[in-house]
Amino acid sequence: MIYFYAGTLFLLLFSFFKDKQKTRQALKIAWKKFAHIAPAFVMVLILMAAVLTALPEHVIARVLGNGQGWISVTAAALIGSVTLMPGFIVFPLCGLLLKQGISYMVLSAFTTTLMMVGVITFPVEKAYFGTRVTVIRNVFSFVTALFVALATGFFFGELGQ
Amino acid sequence: MKKKIRIIAAAGFILFLGLSYLMNFSPGEEMGRNIWAFTLDMIKILPCAFILIGLFEVWVKKETVEKHLGEGSLFMGYIWALLLAGTTVGGLYVAFPVAHSLYKKGAKLSVIFTYISAAAVFRVPMAVFEASFMGLKFTAIRFSVSLPLILLSSILLGTYLKKKDYSIRDGELYQKK
Repeated sequence: MIYFYAGTLFLLLFSFFKDKQKTRQALKIAWKKFAHIAPAFVMVLILMAAVLTALPEHVIARVLGNGQGWISVTAAALIGSVTLMPGFIVFPLCGLLLKQGISYMVLSAFTTTLMMVGVITFPVEKAYFGTRVTVIRNVFSFVTALFVALATGFFFGELGQ
Repeated sequence: MKKKIRIIAAAGFILFLGLSYLMNFSPGEEMGRNIWAFTLDMIKILPCAFILIGLFEVWVKKETVEKHLGEGSLFMGYIWALLLAGTTVGGLYVAFPVAHSLYKKGAKLSVIFTYISAAAVFRVPMAVFEASFMGLKFTAIRFSVSLPLILLSSILLGTYLKKKDYSIRDGELYQKK
């Protein structure tokens, strides 16, 4: 994180010394783009609040822990699709669930859809790429995540259970 | 006018978040923790991300992007997309504006989609964190299975859209301008 700030600052200063006019223009572009998309981001936060109210962490944990079969994998993938959590909360949670005996396959379905499928980030994605592309990309991602879960189950020897 | 209302609404929401933080208002422990973590993440990352996007748009030539990520780039374009994705911070919400700028500069659709999906799964710091909780095997399987699928689906989607002579128009927010 520190590197990210330092890098940005360094590039900004470098740019400033090379060409003040261009740097000013860059900042203008940055602000304009940010202002354009900010409402979509606020929408994302509001959606996130709504989903988390309906599906708090302990409910997610209970649904994931309900079994090991196909239904659990599908449920995990669906929950992963509609939720949005930062990585430093998700993986400790999954590590904990793993210790409680929840299969790798279910956790894989959950985390992969969580990262790749963005129902909550839909407003932002739509603003940039339009509805059709957004829907297609998310469907592809969902299918990919199911394959990944299946492969995970296979390699951990969980498929026949 | 509508734009102004949106900005005011956004500012109001941020103000509300700030105030509720100061006054220790937490709507349910878990939910508050999650939303806070995410909001803080966005506040920390987005300004820098957009400044970098601004610098990118001003300094990088269209020809450069076209050459390395555009129609003629063959497989090297995907390699660049994966490398860029590995170093992206944040998540999908950062990848979208970056991808949009790349596209405007002439990167081809399949490379853009590869970048977006890869930025979701292959971010290096997150992968390290993931492996420490789930084990290396878990992360390795995820990587090796999703990579070919991501490439395949991105190329399919890119080719399909190109055949339809489709170009990404700016979404609604931009169209209103």
